[in-house]
Amino acid sequence: MKRRQKILAFIVAGVVGLGIAVGLVLYALRGNVSLYFTPTQVFDKQAPTGRNFRIGGLVVDHSLKRERDGLTVHFQVTDTDKTMPVVYTGILPDLFKEGKGVVVEGKLGTDGVFHASQVLAKHDENYMPPEAKEALAEAKKAKAKEAAAKAALAGGK
Amino acid sequence: MIPEIGHFALIVALMLALIQGVLPIYGAARGNAVLMGVARPVAVGHFVFVAMAFACLAYALLTNDFSVLYVAEHSNSQLPAHYRFAALWGGHEGSLLLWTFLLTVWTVAVTQFSRHLPQEMVARVIGVLGLISVGFLLFMLLTSDPFERLLPAAMNGRDLNPLLQDPGMVIHPPMLYMGYVGFSVAFAFALSALLGGHLDATWARWSRPWTTVAWVFLTLGIALGSGWAYYELGWGGWWFWDPVENASFMPWLAGTALIHSLAVTEKRGAFKSWTVLLAIGAFSLSLMGTFLVRSGVLTSVHAFATDPRRGIFILAFLVVVIGSSLTLFAWRAPKVGLGGKFELVSRESFLLCNNVLLSVAAASVFLGTLYPLFMDALGYGKLSVGPPYFNTVFVPLMVPMVLLMGLGPIARWKKANIPDMWVRVRWAFGASVVIALLLPFVLGKWTPLIALGLLLACWLISSVLLDLRKRMLREGGIKTQSRSYYGMQLAHFGVAIFIIGVTLVKGYETERDVRMAPGDTVAAGGYTFRFDGVRALSGPNYEGKQGRVVVMKNGQPVGQLFPQKRIYDASGMPMTEASIDAGLFRDLYVSLGDAIPNSGGAWAVRVYYKPFVNWIWAGCVLMAMGGVLALSDRRYRIHARKKQETHSTEHTATHEASAAGMTTGSKPA
Repeated sequence: MKRRQKILAFIVAGVVGLGIAVGLVLYALRGNVSLYFTPTQVFDKQAPTGRNFRIGGLVVDHSLKRERDGLTVHFQVTDTDKTMPVVYTGILPDLFKEGKGVVVEGKLGTDGVFHASQVLAKHDENYMPPEAKEALAEAKKAKAKEAAAKAALAGGK
Repeated sequence: MIPEIGHFALIVALMLALIQGVLPIYGAARGNAVLMGVARPVAVGHFVFVAMAFACLAYALLTNDFSVLYVAEHSNSQLPAHYRFAALWGGHEGSLLLWTFLLTVWTVAVTQFSRHLPQEMVARVIGVLGLISVGFLLFMLLTSDPFERLLPAAMNGRDLNPLLQDPGMVIHPPMLYMGYVGFSVAFAFALSALLGGHLDATWARWSRPWTTVAWVFLTLGIALGSGWAYYELGWGGWWFWDPVENASFMPWLAGTALIHSLAVTEKRGAFKSWTVLLAIGAFSLSLMGTFLVRSGVLTSVHAFATDPRRGIFILAFLVVVIGSSLTLFAWRAPKVGLGGKFELVSRESFLLCNNVLLSVAAASVFLGTLYPLFMDALGYGKLSVGPPYFNTVFVPLMVPMVLLMGLGPIARWKKANIPDMWVRVRWAFGASVVIALLLPFVLGKWTPLIALGLLLACWLISSVLLDLRKRMLREGGIKTQSRSYYGMQLAHFGVAIFIIGVTLVKGYETERDVRMAPGDTVAAGGYTFRFDGVRALSGPNYEGKQGRVVVMKNGQPVGQLFPQKRIYDASGMPMTEASIDAGLFRDLYVSLGDAIPNSGGAWAVRVYYKPFVNWIWAGCVLMAMGGVLALSDRRYRIHARKKQETHSTEHTATHEASAAGMTTGSKPA
């Protein structure tokens, strides 16, 4: 093979390889990214149905209920503004606790209940998952805005 | 007083690191032997002071000095002594100190084992290592001082994260860091080649053993981390594609590419620029790995710190290191040259494919790990990239990689012949296909992925054996081949073992989460597990419950498992301790979930049957052993012996060694 042909062959192989790799990455990214929503966003119907996504917030105190099989649990996740009912079958992580931060991954059912496939509560006691923290901050901001709007209305009267 | 000495030692170390980073490199540029001669003694002094700081922090931890903030945050007087020592790298500040300490250890090792090298080269290598150390020491002193005092002193410490209170955790970080830091030596060698504008087969032979040592440590470190996750996190997974794992996996991929590319540079004088680029890449990824984990940008078990000043310093440091080395590369690489020529079908091409695939794999992991960060920074909202992404990208990349792995070692350098190779491997390949198609039926379930995994493993094993046999027969005896050849084959064999482990555990594992009252039984993988209830448990710094599970096969008891649920006194943190009956062909794995209230002592229990799971780590250990075997190769020791024979004639020794190591027909550019 001539030198020029050889170089061409290397380049073609490289481009084809790169193309396949990029295609693979894009394909994989499209199907396997799970977006994150706050309970308020879910309430406002911004979240997709029939697709996996994550929600974060605090586990509402005294909301944890166990079904008779011992493995199916019901609890509620809140960003202090809106509250989302969640159902999960399986063993909860060590650090799952009422009143603490949690991130849940799963699908929104037609019954309005979030069917979790995975419950994430890692780190130590004092740690709050960034997603959960942000959800609380968002809700607080929204509330403050609402209060300001109300105050403005009241002032206008 | 002791912590202040430690702090002071760090400041002195910074001064010495500055001297070590500047004078020798300047001396090498000027050809000034005195300035270059500074490198060795200063490097040793630098090591002594960092070691002193390290010892001071260890002392503060062991004596429970809770007036030191770091000690108060990461230790506790109830903590057993070995965990108090391990708390040294249980947090951000301490792990930086460990990093720097290991860097100085490597530097001293370089000063000791480089006496046969040209003085300019040694001066530059030690200088670059000094500059890296400057970065780390500055980072510590400016943003993360491990010796910061806490006034008034705490009564007791906050305790080490219970997840980290485990023998595996005592050795996992130092191992991993030895690997990370080790790539800094490869990086320093690459930069010194760029600075000197001189890169040949001899250079490759010098940097090869260092790179291999680092790679061995990194391999073991990752395997340890994976094993730790398996038994300590209590849900039986061994790899989660967690950002922290990815942070250690990316440098491993780049490092693996680097050791293969170095082989080509040494044997054939080819791939020169590429090798240098990979060395820069492997070290940059190590740095990024350390910082990604430590800075807390990524949400993960290991992220300890959240401090914006640190983030900015880290970003600046990364930009300086990667930017300046790439600039140097762009400027000097043309001088270094590309190296020898080779045909489209040759061992060089196979190794090139290996390098491309490994680099693409590293890039795809990089993308998947940082994609959520980018999207968040750009304001597209929060998202996460799950394990399916990595599996989808990774498996198709590794399949051609492993298929080529069987061919690479039997291909000739420079020009190989496909029909000849096919004749040699066709039986091995045919046998592998037959085994892969039939074996799953014997094992009980046939899926395309199981067959594919077995095909890759069989193909790899048979091609290793085939090549060994051929070389034994044709070239006579075991002695004729070099140890680095056996090292390579052992490491490749390790990959096959690893693939078998992954394939069989993914294909045939049984995972059952069940509610079990005392006396209940559950079946998994042909075994019957009987839950006998729990009893109270008391440890040195925790209280808890311990369950008893009796395992039976065909009515005969096989063993007992004692999974625990612990509550740690100091932090109040609950922890699941799985109980594992490990074996060559299967693990039986039981861990406790929650106690189910008002049920008469019933618990949620995880019962897992994991076939061949230990092969995963055995494969990693074999890879590391292959690396060690390659390291013991004669040609790396030849310098040492030559040096003893002729004390002052360093140059002669180097020349002879390089002549001996160079294969015929290599064309240094």
